Amino acid sequence: MTEVRRVAVMSPQTEAARHGRAPARPLTELREQTAVGEVLILTLMRAQLRLAVSLLVVFGCLLGGMPLLFALVPSVASVEVGGMPLPWLLLGVASFPVLVILAVVYVRQAEGNERDFIELVERP
Amino acid sequence: MIPVVAVVLVTVATILIGAYGVRVARTTSDFFVASRAVPPLWNASAISGEYLSAASFLGVAGLVLKYGVDMLWYPVGYAAGYLVLLVLVAAPLRRFGAYTIPDFAEGRLDSIAVRRVATAFVLVIGWFYLLPQMKGAGVTLSVLLGTPYWVGVVVVGTVVTANVALGGMRGITFVQAFQYWVKLTAISVPAIVLLMHYQADGRPDLVTPEAPVFARTTEVDFDVGTTFDVDETVTVDASGTVDGLDVDGSVTLEPGRHDVAKDATLVFPAGAPVPHDVDIPRATSVAWARPFGPIGALQEHPLFSTYSLILATFLGTMGLPHILVRFYTNPDGRAARHTTVIVLLFMGGFYVFPAVYGALGRLYTPDLYLTGATDAVVLVLPTRVVGGLLGELVAGLVAAGAFAAFLSTASGLLISVAGSLSQDLLRGTVADFRKGAVVAGAVAVLLGLGVSRFDISLLVGWAFAIAASSFCPLLVLGIWWRGLTAPGALAGTLVGGTAASGAILLTMGGYGGSGWPETLLAQPAAWSVPLAFLTMVVVSHLTAHRVPADLGSKLLTLHTPERLGLGRAWRA
Repeated sequence: MTEVRRVAVMSPQTEAARHGRAPARPLTELREQTAVGEVLILTLMRAQLRLAVSLLVVFGCLLGGMPLLFALVPSVASVEVGGMPLPWLLLGVASFPVLVILAVVYVRQAEGNERDFIELVERP
Repeated sequence: MIPVVAVVLVTVATILIGAYGVRVARTTSDFFVASRAVPPLWNASAISGEYLSAASFLGVAGLVLKYGVDMLWYPVGYAAGYLVLLVLVAAPLRRFGAYTIPDFAEGRLDSIAVRRVATAFVLVIGWFYLLPQMKGAGVTLSVLLGTPYWVGVVVVGTVVTANVALGGMRGITFVQAFQYWVKLTAISVPAIVLLMHYQADGRPDLVTPEAPVFARTTEVDFDVGTTFDVDETVTVDASGTVDGLDVDGSVTLEPGRHDVAKDATLVFPAGAPVPHDVDIPRATSVAWARPFGPIGALQEHPLFSTYSLILATFLGTMGLPHILVRFYTNPDGRAARHTTVIVLLFMGGFYVFPAVYGALGRLYTPDLYLTGATDAVVLVLPTRVVGGLLGELVAGLVAAGAFAAFLSTASGLLISVAGSLSQDLLRGTVADFRKGAVVAGAVAVLLGLGVSRFDISLLVGWAFAIAASSFCPLLVLGIWWRGLTAPGALAGTLVGGTAASGAILLTMGGYGGSGWPETLLAQPAAWSVPLAFLTMVVVSHLTAHRVPADLGSKLLTLHTPERLGLGRAWRA
């Protein structure tokens, strides 16, 4: 005959409150928007914002630095690459692959941030 | 003949594909936003197709022809705006679930007032962006068929309005995706053919120390009365009214200002320097090819104006009404990001080509400097350089592309404007949408008739400046700043958008003045964008008690991956 064991079924919150132990899963903290939950979401937001801003700064310097470069170093205009003046090459051709590369880098990092967050939050 | 056939084919194809869409678009929500079953590659094609407007297809080349390398900031800016959109807005906005910017404004701030202001600017930006499309239509039909400018505007305006009113969004998704590939083919193939001819021609030096000259005897037909400056005495064969006198035969033009009436024809001898329309600065090719070249004649502070333009285009993309709606057709935030990366790839693939036309135009169609019709260079160059049947076919291809360009963008814009009109001013039913489409189209046509003297890309740049000054702060602060309040958002959007719009209207009306005031008004983004952000932040701080109550829930919706199930996507 199999033994019947009695098990008390309680929600993790009750369990925690009763034993004064560490709070419930991060996911619950988030869902219920507790103080801990708020810290969690802000951490994610800050990580993503920091990533976005650093990327924009790099991109701003690369692309946005060009007018300044052209203004301060006029001899750049006389340099020719493959028969094309350098400013034409930089603006008309090279800037587009740069944008795509920055975009791919961003998506990789942003998804990485989200994966980390999911791991953190789904931890039992 | 072939170009006309090509144009008719593209138009008919667009209408048919749109009509197919009608069969599927039954309910209002299908009507407004294609069901979210659109895979990233399709979506990216559709976004690119819609985004590449007359400004990209015709305008960039026209500006490069006129002002040289400085104008390449337009295509770079158009593309870079997508990168900014990707990193700041793409995934959170998709997660929030708002169809449109006014939806986002209302959902994020729990305020109808902000929604109303947002709607107002959707209309302003939408109509503003429609103007260059109308101009593109007018120019294209006038080049192809010789029709007066207004015919193109009215015909295309009517076709687009009918297509939108009948097919809504679903048909449009197919149409836009198809049109990206049409446009890419239409810009790249002729460019390659032109380059091959340039090569066969012995690659004449483009960067000469002289101003443009007529390479061979050239007949120049003036479709509108034109005033131009002659620098060296030249004897032409004229017919029509020149300097107020009717002539038919040899005329000697002394250095100075001259004018010809509509329908005049001047034949210039080979080797004669090309007189320039009074609005077009004359420059040696060396100066033209350098940064801060001819534009310096028109802009007193070219470095500032360049940066202002950069700011407008980089920050304005996210605020364009017809762009954000496309994001909703992605299944989730991750897909929204992936779609945007593909869009950047597609943009780059397109934007390397317009400069080819602008540069070769200086060599092969310098008469455009005289007639002032620089925006037509993409259409005119193929037949001029490549003779015979191949030339006709290639010309047909570019004509098809130009048509695809403004058909698709105008459709997308019209949907946004009509959608806003019907949802916020009427009751939001399908019938209301149709009414909205007709009204929006009619206004666009009427306004479009008045803008023929402005460069296409210039008009678009202004639409971007308004978007950057009104919606960019709203979106960026709404997504990333917890402290944004409804009064803050309202004040910022209103102040920034009105400042930019006002400055631009003054410039268009010629009230800009000169010196710094003129520069600041002509490209307002450099000051109107910071002004908007500042206003939003300051007013939000002053009304800090008005932060939305369920902010936490909203942040979860915006920022957490969908699979965690923490968000509650906002529904109208």
